[in-house]
Amino acid sequence: MPDVQSMVAEFVNKLRKRKIEGSQATAKCTVELLRSVISHQRVPHANQAAALIDAVKAVGQQLVAANPVELAVGNVVRRVLHIIREEDLSLTTAAMAGLDLLDASDDDDIDNCKGIGYPAMSAAVVAAAARSTLRPPSLQTLLEGTPESATVPYTSSSGADSESKTADKSSLTRKLKHDVIEGVNQLIHEISGCHEQIAEQAIEHIHQNEVILTLGSSRTVLEFLCAAKEKKRSFRVFVAEGAPRYQGHLLAKELVARGLQTTVITDSAVFAMISRVNMVIIGAHAVMANGGVIGPVGVNMAALAAKKHAVPFVVLAGSHKLCPLYPHNPEVLLNELRSPSELLDFGEFSDCLDFGAGSGSLQVVNPTFDYVPPNLVSLFITDTGGHNPSYMYRLIADYYSADDLVM
Amino acid sequence: MGAQKKGGGGARVSEDAEEQSHQRLQAILLADSFATKFRPVTLERPKVLLPIVNVPMIDYTLAWLEYAGIEEVFVFCCAHSIQIIEYLEKSEWYSHPNLVVRTIESHKSISAGDALRYMYEQQTETSQIQGDFVLVSGDTVSNMPLADLIQEHRERKKKDEKAIMTMVIKQSKSSSLTHQSRLGTDQLFIAVDPLTKQLLHYEEDKIDHPRGSVCLDKSLLESNPSVLVCNDMQDCYIDICSPEVLSLFEDNFDYQHLRRHFVKGVLVDDIMGYKIFTHEIHSSYAARIDNFRSYDTVSKDIIQRWTFPYVPDINFSGNRPLKLGRQGIYRACDVIQSRSADVGASSVIGYGTKIGDGDKILNSVIGNGCSIGSNVVIEGSYIWNNVTIEDGCEIRNAIVSDGVKIRAGAVLQPGVVLSFNVVVGRDFVVPAYSKVSLLQQPTTEDSDEELEYADSSSRTADHLSGLNLQMESKASELGPDGAGYIWEVCEGAHDEEWKHSVAPIPEDKLAEITQAIDDDDTDDESVVPTSGELKSDADSINTDMNDPNDDYYDFEKEVEGTVLRAVEENIKVDLVTLEINGLRLSYNMESADCAGATFYSMMKLAVDTPHNSASELYKNAASIITKWKELLGFYVKKIDEQIEVIMKFEEMCQESPKELGPLFTQILHLLYDKDVLQEDAILRWAEEKAGADEADKVYLKQCETFIQWLKEASEEEDEDDEDEEEDD
Repeated sequence: MPDVQSMVAEFVNKLRKRKIEGSQATAKCTVELLRSVISHQRVPHANQAAALIDAVKAVGQQLVAANPVELAVGNVVRRVLHIIREEDLSLTTAAMAGLDLLDASDDDDIDNCKGIGYPAMSAAVVAAAARSTLRPPSLQTLLEGTPESATVPYTSSSGADSESKTADKSSLTRKLKHDVIEGVNQLIHEISGCHEQIAEQAIEHIHQNEVILTLGSSRTVLEFLCAAKEKKRSFRVFVAEGAPRYQGHLLAKELVARGLQTTVITDSAVFAMISRVNMVIIGAHAVMANGGVIGPVGVNMAALAAKKHAVPFVVLAGSHKLCPLYPHNPEVLLNELRSPSELLDFGEFSDCLDFGAGSGSLQVVNPTFDYVPPNLVSLFITDTGGHNPSYMYRLIADYYSADDLVM
Repeated sequence: MGAQKKGGGGARVSEDAEEQSHQRLQAILLADSFATKFRPVTLERPKVLLPIVNVPMIDYTLAWLEYAGIEEVFVFCCAHSIQIIEYLEKSEWYSHPNLVVRTIESHKSISAGDALRYMYEQQTETSQIQGDFVLVSGDTVSNMPLADLIQEHRERKKKDEKAIMTMVIKQSKSSSLTHQSRLGTDQLFIAVDPLTKQLLHYEEDKIDHPRGSVCLDKSLLESNPSVLVCNDMQDCYIDICSPEVLSLFEDNFDYQHLRRHFVKGVLVDDIMGYKIFTHEIHSSYAARIDNFRSYDTVSKDIIQRWTFPYVPDINFSGNRPLKLGRQGIYRACDVIQSRSADVGASSVIGYGTKIGDGDKILNSVIGNGCSIGSNVVIEGSYIWNNVTIEDGCEIRNAIVSDGVKIRAGAVLQPGVVLSFNVVVGRDFVVPAYSKVSLLQQPTTEDSDEELEYADSSSRTADHLSGLNLQMESKASELGPDGAGYIWEVCEGAHDEEWKHSVAPIPEDKLAEITQAIDDDDTDDESVVPTSGELKSDADSINTDMNDPNDDYYDFEKEVEGTVLRAVEENIKVDLVTLEINGLRLSYNMESADCAGATFYSMMKLAVDTPHNSASELYKNAASIITKWKELLGFYVKKIDEQIEVIMKFEEMCQESPKELGPLFTQILHLLYDKDVLQEDAILRWAEEKAGADEADKVYLKQCETFIQWLKEASEEEDEDDEDEEEDD
């Protein structure tokens, strides 16, 4: 336990000092930390899920407080809580259903294999199963026809049947924890694989001889564009430099290194260039429950320009960026004001800041993020496919439990 | 012994073993400024624990050091060391995973120099400082990265053994009117080698320094191909030091101040040849809170987020983060604020604070647990924790410490500082720039040096306990229901008060300075008013010198004493010459001055010797001149020097016309006879004097016949010469 606590302290420290940046890195660190928290957590015999939830919540609150602006931390904590709840539900229902459905398990040898190696079974499958059995099915699962939704409950019950009869509490405990960790591993896998998942869809969205505008730097966007390039699509990229941090410069460098035709423009030239652009693609910092986007500063301007010229405005976001909260006062509360030294040189302007001589009237505001309202967004591309802004709340309902929205 | 080293728990011992493997990044943090600028507040609480935007200063410094990758900090505590140690023990710093905080106590240190000497002594016992270290004071607010700078310092040190220190500077323009930086310190002049960044000259300009001129050593310009002189730099008081710095302090026990003594000492010292380098930071922030003005400035910089990530809405050191709203207003989540209250831009309001109806709060910082009545105006002020302000008060540009009560209708004028638990009476007006404390102003003040703290914390405690009795007996200086003493401003500092106050410089003061500068310009237009002007070395000598006449007078006295002794003890002429030469060098005089002074002392001797008549006086003079003519002859080899002697003699005669006056011609003749004076000298003197006023011509007329005779003699000689020439 002490080493987990020190790990938590260290991570909290890093978050506080803003030493970790980028939502994917943060999300990954958070979920890995939570995995070790869960694995080190001693679980009582009764009500194990509650114990796990409490432990994760306690750590999660610390993490969220350390950097409330980095929404990915909260998202991942809620995802993990959701996994725990789902596993718990599936286990209890399985235990109950195991008795009823004992004879119903007429499945073939695959189930037998799984039955032997039951603990190795993917928790996500179980979770999906639980989702489909215990909740109203999501639109997506309904549309997809979900062949596994029918089979999996049986599998789990059939897997459990040999054990559940003799199931003593301890094995159940071990199973819950194990399943949760399995689910968290799945989440880690999902987060680290989101770039590829999103990039795979690039070919459907980027067409020959198009002009793409992007703003700031996002690894997702880079992978997305490169994936299209690899598929022999030839297109041009305009990169708005993303003042004052100028991360667009870095993106342009990487794009050129990968052989894309790249043009750097100033942020203020976005409106001038937008009429030549076929599509705007940006990476999000977070996607809110109403479909609004928090992205690098200047994004709202690009979105408005795109709207004005009827250019599709596409936002790429891994599922860890989906935030179950609704934005309230997003320009301020979900923003971070950074040091004015990124904008101007302190030395040069020090005479304008001389409070003693009465000339200290210069104020500098340097927000990091911009909020784009949902009506300006044409399409979200997540690792599960493309979605409308109005569909976001539904996706979020799939990933999060309503109990965890307020931590 | 107040000395006592506090190690941490047992966990740290194991870490010591690892220290050998890599050089730990270490820092010395002086948790004492060794100054009295924050009095009276610092009488009760150490400066590093004073809150700046609701967080103690030392937390900013420690958080920054930790962020910059420093692994071990030695906190040097002096005044109120118990409070500092208690605070650190309670804070999260003592159990921080990445930063080891050790405290060192010494009550005997009265300056930064003493502190470092103490560290050096301790070091030999426990070998604490292993290599290069960062030296900062506990009132530094910064977010600059240090690791690269330390690396740079180490590499430079490897190449050049003598590069012992790297000093951090930052561009910051100082006001052209007051010659004061925005931090309220005096304008700084530094000269740097633009290529190597070596520091060549360091001068904290005083405001009364003549018109912003700076004197550089000539050799500086000779030995360096180019020199960059800046007056728009701010010294951040962040130094990367090699261990030699500690031993230098040990060797030079008179080094007290880090800059005034140490840096200047190193720059002047040619023998050891140690060098100091500078490092200019651009994008990051660094400043030291040195006085109330810088307290104000740095607070505003923090609110304006120049110190990011050390800003109130980020929890960087266990502080409870505030919420940042629109217009840069930081507010705790549990603030109770009346709807009719108006909280203006760039304000900070701490936890548990209540703000009443109709309050106006602008540009101010309000701490935790304060309660503010209705219709209060607070502008540009710093209210610390648990302050009670009753209805209708007006507070402008003031600092109000913990636990203060301000009764209804009281007014604090700009620049007021209220120390802990002061009570301001009903409707009382605290005059501008006054400092108020429950403690009486210490009477024994070291006025010339800024040293503080002969008093240990125990004495302060005594003060406090005896205080209530005193207060009851004595009617308060802050109205009938108030409590506290208004400190008198020490003489001399009265004019300076506005420079270092939290209040901005008042308009009329600025106008006054502008006026003064304009007047100066009309008086003497040759001086270019830009600061940073260079003056040649020769000029500087003259300006540095005291009045030359004073010097000459002293010199004359010395020579007189020497001659008198020589006559009394009958010392050989050679030795007397040697002695006078020595005096000449030490007073920087010319040989003409020596001649004048020597002759003067001889004549004085003659006059002082008892005599009855003029002839007796003449005899005395003649005997002295005869005896010591060689001495005089040594200095009167040139005509100019001989003329100087005659002038001196004339001067003496004018001073005592009755005694010496009648003898002028006789003695002049005697001097001529004894070959002390040549006829050319006498003739030239006569020529010069011919054009003078009638009054001055008294002695010229007196010796007219003598001169006539001389002229004739010389003409004859000239004729002879001409004859000879013609003969050739």
